[in-house]
Amino acid sequence: MTQRFTGTENYVATDDLKVAVNAAVTLRRPLLVKGEPGTGKTVLAHEIAKAIGAPLIEWGVKSTTKAQQGLYEYDAVARLRDGQLGDERVHDISNYIRKGKLWEAFTSPELPVLLIDEIDKADIEFPNDLLQELDRMEFDVYETGERIAAKERPIVVITSNNEKELPDAFLRRCFFHYIKFPDDQTMREIIDVHFPDIQRRLVTQALEVFYELREVPGLKKKPSTSELLDWLKLLLVEDMPVDVLQNRDPTKAIPPLHGALLKNEADVMLLERLAFMARRENR
Amino acid sequence: MLLNFLEELRSAGIRASLKEHLTLLEALDSDVIERRPEEFYYLARATYVKDEGLLDRFDQVFHKVFHGVFSESGEQEYSIPEEWLRAVTEKFLTEEERAAIEQLGDWDEIMETLKKRLEEQEDRHEGGNKWIGTGGTSPFGHSGYNPAGVRIGGKSKNRRAIKVWEKREFANLDSSKELGTRNIKVALRRLRRFAREGAADELDLDATIRGTAKQGWLDIRMRPERHNAVKLLLFLDVGGSMDDHVKATEELFSAATSEFKNLEFFYFHNCLYESVWKDNSRRWNERIPTWDILHKFGHDYKIVFVGDAAMSPYEIAWPGGSVEHMNEEPGETWLKRVVDTYPAVAWLNPSSQRSWEYTQSTHMIRQIMNDRMFPLTLNGLDDAMRELSRKHG
Repeated sequence: MTQRFTGTENYVATDDLKVAVNAAVTLRRPLLVKGEPGTGKTVLAHEIAKAIGAPLIEWGVKSTTKAQQGLYEYDAVARLRDGQLGDERVHDISNYIRKGKLWEAFTSPELPVLLIDEIDKADIEFPNDLLQELDRMEFDVYETGERIAAKERPIVVITSNNEKELPDAFLRRCFFHYIKFPDDQTMREIIDVHFPDIQRRLVTQALEVFYELREVPGLKKKPSTSELLDWLKLLLVEDMPVDVLQNRDPTKAIPPLHGALLKNEADVMLLERLAFMARRENR
Repeated sequence: MLLNFLEELRSAGIRASLKEHLTLLEALDSDVIERRPEEFYYLARATYVKDEGLLDRFDQVFHKVFHGVFSESGEQEYSIPEEWLRAVTEKFLTEEERAAIEQLGDWDEIMETLKKRLEEQEDRHEGGNKWIGTGGTSPFGHSGYNPAGVRIGGKSKNRRAIKVWEKREFANLDSSKELGTRNIKVALRRLRRFAREGAADELDLDATIRGTAKQGWLDIRMRPERHNAVKLLLFLDVGGSMDDHVKATEELFSAATSEFKNLEFFYFHNCLYESVWKDNSRRWNERIPTWDILHKFGHDYKIVFVGDAAMSPYEIAWPGGSVEHMNEEPGETWLKRVVDTYPAVAWLNPSSQRSWEYTQSTHMIRQIMNDRMFPLTLNGLDDAMRELSRKHG
């Protein structure tokens, strides 16, 4: 692996992110990515895969996900049924073992990028149960006595939203990167990447509205990068004139097409109330 | 050098271990980064810090350890004698202008800023500390000295690497960080009691085999999945003497909310009386009668009080003893009602166990609780959870 990750045409990576990714790719240690929702944690894995031309294996974690499901599952019911029907397959237990994402990643013919998405959604023991498997990149299949070992250590990207803390032993094995909310400059680069021929003035106005909105105290969910991009897309599709954003007075605190920015009814209400109060003061 | 760095990190509370250290060495060895201080900083950060709450501390330690090091190797460090600076300002500024600047802040501070700006600027110029006079190196030629504010040196576009951690961008994340909740969660797990409830969507293999053998045909048996079925009522003492223990209580609380699905919490002040509240900012308007709680939540709920139990004995034993309002029945009666209603009760006391015997009210409450008072430490929590999960006949 000689090429370095430098971001892609669709993804703006900051310097510190590049270093973290390159370290994880070179040493083949898992990269743990945290950050506000919507700052591009999951997208990062897609872009790493694209950048180095590797297939991406995605493992989305839910609250009911067990570590074992990432390795393999033994479908006892199917075997029982086949046994009942006298199917020949029943004699070979390996017919009933379903491969999990980790198995897939370990045995993939090409070097893959494995994304373990939102690891904090799972049970508190989940990361502990994967310690050995991610460290040695191998595990045993008890039903068949097989040992599955990775030919080449896959590149592992793990994302977390900080809903649960992860155990120390797990963290020690990872590189860590916290995607902080992009500053104005980075944000412009990101917008450039996504909307190359957007008007400068529109971007400036939109960013102003956006950062202002993030400053509003008490918002339940602050809009983040992905919301901003959606919003810009909408503004473009609707062919919104720039002066709609420009001529904003405090009495109309709600930005146009706010549905893309604010995902929470309470937040919209809050803004409306603020606007109402501003109106009353102006009277 | 690097080992010293590791030690400093550890003493700053970043739990970096030998494992991370070896990883860093390995990364350096395999040329992951270009040999630039900035990249080294990023790499070290990704290796040692696993928690955004600690990033700021890392920046500080990094600054402390590597201060001046990078300038020695590679870039030249300039130390500018103070007299020079003074001379320069005197040369360039009139008396009034200096006074105007002095008003803006401490003279030393301004000097410090000036010095920093100069240092920053030096590395953009061709060699040398002959910065007065000769072509383009004069710091004041670049952007001038403005009496309205010290704006020396333009906004440097290629910021020096050192400045990245000096910016301390993560400073505000540090305070929002809850520490140690994981330990508490692990202790709370002792209380987990798994029970099968809800939709039958999991194959019961044993029952299926048994059923199939008995029936002679495939008899699939399903069962509900196991859930943590413990129900918990948490009563938290707020205000007054509890202010010292806010942090411990918050940690416990945040750990408990994420660990239990059936968790209800209520606030009280000093002692439990006829009503409690759920939202501390609206404690006077939205009170919940304690009777309602006793009636609403079944006996299988487990009760945890968190409070320092330090108050005047009257607040427990006498009607009207409350410091805040007129209570018709003494707190003791209310506590006893709770203890009688719910078999599993524990009182967690955040004040240190040694001080308990000196406080009469602590004694009294302990008696009411039938000696089920535990310190709010990991061990105490462990004991309390064991007590709560005991089979109550």
